[in-house]
Amino acid sequence: MAKFIKENKGELPQMNTSSLPDIVFIILMFFMVCTSMRQMETKVRVRTPQASEIAKLERKDLASYIYIGTPSRQYQKEYGTDSRIQLNDVICKDNSDLSSIRDFIAAEREKMSEVDRPFMQVNIKADQDTRMGIISDVKQELRRCSALKIMYGARKGGITK
Amino acid sequence: MADIAFIALIFFLMVTTMDKEEGISRLLPPIPPEDQKVEDQKVNRRNIIQVKINSNDRLLAGSQPMDVSQLKDKIKEFMTNPYDDPNLPEKEVKDIPGLGPVPVSKGVISLQNDRGTTYQAYITVQNELIKAINELRDDFSMKTFGKKYSKLDEDQQGMVRKAVPQNISEAEPKDVRKK
Repeated sequence: MAKFIKENKGELPQMNTSSLPDIVFIILMFFMVCTSMRQMETKVRVRTPQASEIAKLERKDLASYIYIGTPSRQYQKEYGTDSRIQLNDVICKDNSDLSSIRDFIAAEREKMSEVDRPFMQVNIKADQDTRMGIISDVKQELRRCSALKIMYGARKGGITK
Repeated sequence: MADIAFIALIFFLMVTTMDKEEGISRLLPPIPPEDQKVEDQKVNRRNIIQVKINSNDRLLAGSQPMDVSQLKDKIKEFMTNPYDDPNLPEKEVKDIPGLGPVPVSKGVISLQNDRGTTYQAYITVQNELIKAINELRDDFSMKTFGKKYSKLDEDQQGMVRKAVPQNISEAEPKDVRKK
């Protein structure tokens, strides 16, 4: 009778985990391929306003970004707490001197291929508490550079029904 | 150990939010050439609605102060002019290829803001204006095609866009510094 007693009673058999690393690697690859890295560091604090009628940016490679907001804490000593414009990695020295925007747009245009240039889009990412004065200035300057396609960065949120 | 590290890595990858690129697309008007005369921009007074936002984010549409929540209906009434009110915009019967003659409103929304307006208020108003137009387009495409605007194919969307134009003009800001 004793011959038929099961040897490892109550214990689960070990699961074969030899293929787990492969699965994990595939998931990792998937996320790495899907994720687009942010190219630059934002030195101004931007919390985009809410809107409901928003559209997705279709082609990220055609977009250039202008950030407007108050400098984040470690830059406040240098730039103060008023709204500032950030182009690429630098905060503009002087808000009233908008020639740097012109240079920025020209440089961004230069980077694009000839075919894509007419479709260039400028994405204005401004903080929701920014005053419109500075944004109007930027818009006027963009008109002067004839970069007319713009997008106001906004996040989804219901304001009214 | 390696498994735990990997699982932690995956967890953080999933939890991290990537900033999505979304927003309101607009087309700025080109700078008018210096020698252009101002007088050719004459538009009949009834065809224009002035939407103004002051530095305290208060809204004025037409000539009455109102809340943002009322703006959409005001704009829809202005653009459709259902009772052919002589104070609301006139309609012009246009022959749109594929649709035939359609009365198209000549209304223009003129948006003006102060330098002190907050960005959120400005975007909220822009959003309401676009929403009003989008709803009118939906209504129109429901009536003619029996489908919502977003469900139409590109040609049909073009027709609807012609029948319900989005005429939002942004006035030059009040005191742009001259250079």
